[in-house]
Amino acid sequence: MTTTTIETRDRLTPGAASSALVEWNYSPSLESTDHVKIQPRYNLFIGGKFVEPHSKRWFETINPATEETLSEMAEADAQDVDRAVKEARRAYDKTWRKLAASERSKYIYRIARLIQEKSRGLAIAETMNGGKPIKESRDVDVPLAAAHFFYYAGWADKLEYAFPNRNVSPVGVAGQIIPWNFPLLMAAWKLAPALAAGNTIVLKPAETTSITSMMLAEIIQEADLPPGVVNIITGAGATGAALVNHDDVDKIAFTGSTDVGKRIQRATAGTHKKLTLELGGKAPNIVFEDAPIDQAVEGIINGIYFNQGHVCCAGSRLFLQESILEPVVRKLRERIQTLRVGNPLDKNTDVGAINSRAQLEKIQELVESGVDEGAEIFQSSCTVPDRGFWFRPTFFTGVAQSSRIAQEEIFGPVLSVLTFRTPEEALEKANNTPYGLSAGIWTEKGSRILKMAQKLRAGVIWANTYNKFDPASPFGGYKESGFGREGGLHGLSPYVVLS
Amino acid sequence: MARLNIRKTYKLYINGEFPRTESGRFYAIKGKGGELLANACRGSRKDLRNAIQAARKAFPVWSGKTAFNRGQILYRLAEVCEARAAELVDELRRQGSSAADAKREVAAVTDRWIYYAGWSDKYPQVFGSVNPVSGPYYNFTVPEPTGVVGVVSPEEPALLGLVSRIAPAIVGGNTVVALTSESRPLAAITLGEIFETSDVPGGVVNLISGLKSELIPWLASHMDVNAIDTTGVAEGAIAAIQKTAAENVKRVIHFNAGKIGWDDATRSQSPYAIFDFQEMKTVWHPIGM
Repeated sequence: MTTTTIETRDRLTPGAASSALVEWNYSPSLESTDHVKIQPRYNLFIGGKFVEPHSKRWFETINPATEETLSEMAEADAQDVDRAVKEARRAYDKTWRKLAASERSKYIYRIARLIQEKSRGLAIAETMNGGKPIKESRDVDVPLAAAHFFYYAGWADKLEYAFPNRNVSPVGVAGQIIPWNFPLLMAAWKLAPALAAGNTIVLKPAETTSITSMMLAEIIQEADLPPGVVNIITGAGATGAALVNHDDVDKIAFTGSTDVGKRIQRATAGTHKKLTLELGGKAPNIVFEDAPIDQAVEGIINGIYFNQGHVCCAGSRLFLQESILEPVVRKLRERIQTLRVGNPLDKNTDVGAINSRAQLEKIQELVESGVDEGAEIFQSSCTVPDRGFWFRPTFFTGVAQSSRIAQEEIFGPVLSVLTFRTPEEALEKANNTPYGLSAGIWTEKGSRILKMAQKLRAGVIWANTYNKFDPASPFGGYKESGFGREGGLHGLSPYVVLS
Repeated sequence: MARLNIRKTYKLYINGEFPRTESGRFYAIKGKGGELLANACRGSRKDLRNAIQAARKAFPVWSGKTAFNRGQILYRLAEVCEARAAELVDELRRQGSSAADAKREVAAVTDRWIYYAGWSDKYPQVFGSVNPVSGPYYNFTVPEPTGVVGVVSPEEPALLGLVSRIAPAIVGGNTVVALTSESRPLAAITLGEIFETSDVPGGVVNLISGLKSELIPWLASHMDVNAIDTTGVAEGAIAAIQKTAAENVKRVIHFNAGKIGWDDATRSQSPYAIFDFQEMKTVWHPIGM
């Protein structure tokens, strides 16, 4: 396999990958960023205003594709958290609770429309701060975020239809902690249903990707949302812990790693706090011999390399029916070589940067274990830029069910390929995991799709497709992938009290 | 000398355009004190047939849009009604409403669009179902729009009553041919301009002004209309419509606002109004390896 390197002026232009069949050269197609304003420093958004942190400390946030500093975020300490919760409580008691539901919905519609108006700048900031390709932030993250607010805005004055025979009230003050893989979208998934149900919120974005949450704070201010209804505080683990442990928070919603999720579950044990968790996954992507192979290959590629594999529901365990192992692996090898890895701001880029050095090291460690445990590694031969955090798309064949790369979540562009003969064997292997977030099924036979879907222990099942999200569609896990649903009618449940 | 104003011509709204009635007839719209406000089109059977054709042609396009898209378009209708509120209030006042009533009616119209916009991608979750049949079959029921819906607007409130019946029909994917209030059609006709400038495809809503006694029998008997909303029909005239409708088994829907009050949000808007214009489709598929 030969690799061609393209000489360009921009050192971040995606290196051309070549397969044995054909060579493609892509001219740079950079998204223009001159209209986007990222502030040099962001403060905390509390009580409708941007206020300095009590600690008077800020921390850097960088572009993981270049390691350049983009901005500084405020570090919220326990006092800031307390202040934010007090503002949320005051807004709940004095304002938000008292507002007619139809008027509440209008505020949420405003936020949706403002996100739509400012969509390109949000997408660019998301890409620069997190490393994901502009194609994805522009076409997936930002539109879905707006759609989430639009969907839940409509529920605000219709809650009596969502829960038959029950009086519906809000929970109160919600503390929400979100991850770095879909920063703006996760903020939308958390804020929209909580607001629709009448709650007030303190939101803590991930420390490496807080910029779009602060831009959302600016949008919330522009929407004239009553002060204190949404408060956004930045910081790292300590800030999150202070929020989880605060006495006057009625509900905690967390999306992140299973380890931290368990810690939060322990921390809220014995308290009055309601809890929902959306944690990790190790999704089986099961391809039967009658599946249309080329479509399945696209689905496999999308399932694990979309967003650099930083996806809780990524199809990270591929189960191929033995009879199609050889042709599918061959096509994967060819297809992986055509993936364009490089500058996330280039519209041609398919696979962007790894979100942080810490995450890169985790991926490297697990990949080494895969080699050590005897699996066969294949990696794209594309070039990657010198600066920034990068990992070439990778897959392993000959993976044992018990190996670390088959059991542990890698959260990177690394696929483990296993095989099966009968559907029952596929089910047994697929379900043999403490996780249960998602699964994929590829077959032309409708009845088999429905049977497999019935038997797979996962909260989201994609048949002949993968990574499809919609605000109307409930998302969440079984087992150690967490509990509670986001999206759809079911996404209201975590944010209401039924009496 | 005062500047001479340009009087507005009130035409029909059919297929995204503003034609005069093909019959060339008119009838006078008078104000509270008997003064002439405008000559409205006296719509004809042929106008109705053209409108129904347009509605039928627009149906696959409109029902084929995603629920989210339809919701966004209804929200846009609210935005434009809000922006043009002063104009609508003015027309309602000229037709006899008090300033307070007119303002209240227009605000209620805007809020009604928003209410139904919010249902677009939710009513299937409330009215659809997965049915646990006794056998290895996956069985689900989904609501689907019935098709072309004929609407007879209440005489009063002429704008809010009309919007209250059009909104649930179109948010559910149906297309509409509506007879405006006979005595007070002006604001409703202006509504046609608002549809046309709010990303609503031509033919999704069609507005015909004229004499109800002339038009209702043709609307009720047209074989390519799937349902007729008789909310604006006088009590005593409904039985005749029900008989005529039987010719092609039209669904006959009636909402009795009665003492509720059209701007009573809790009573005069509901997802059941959407449900009234939906058909329920049930699908079976075997489950098995």
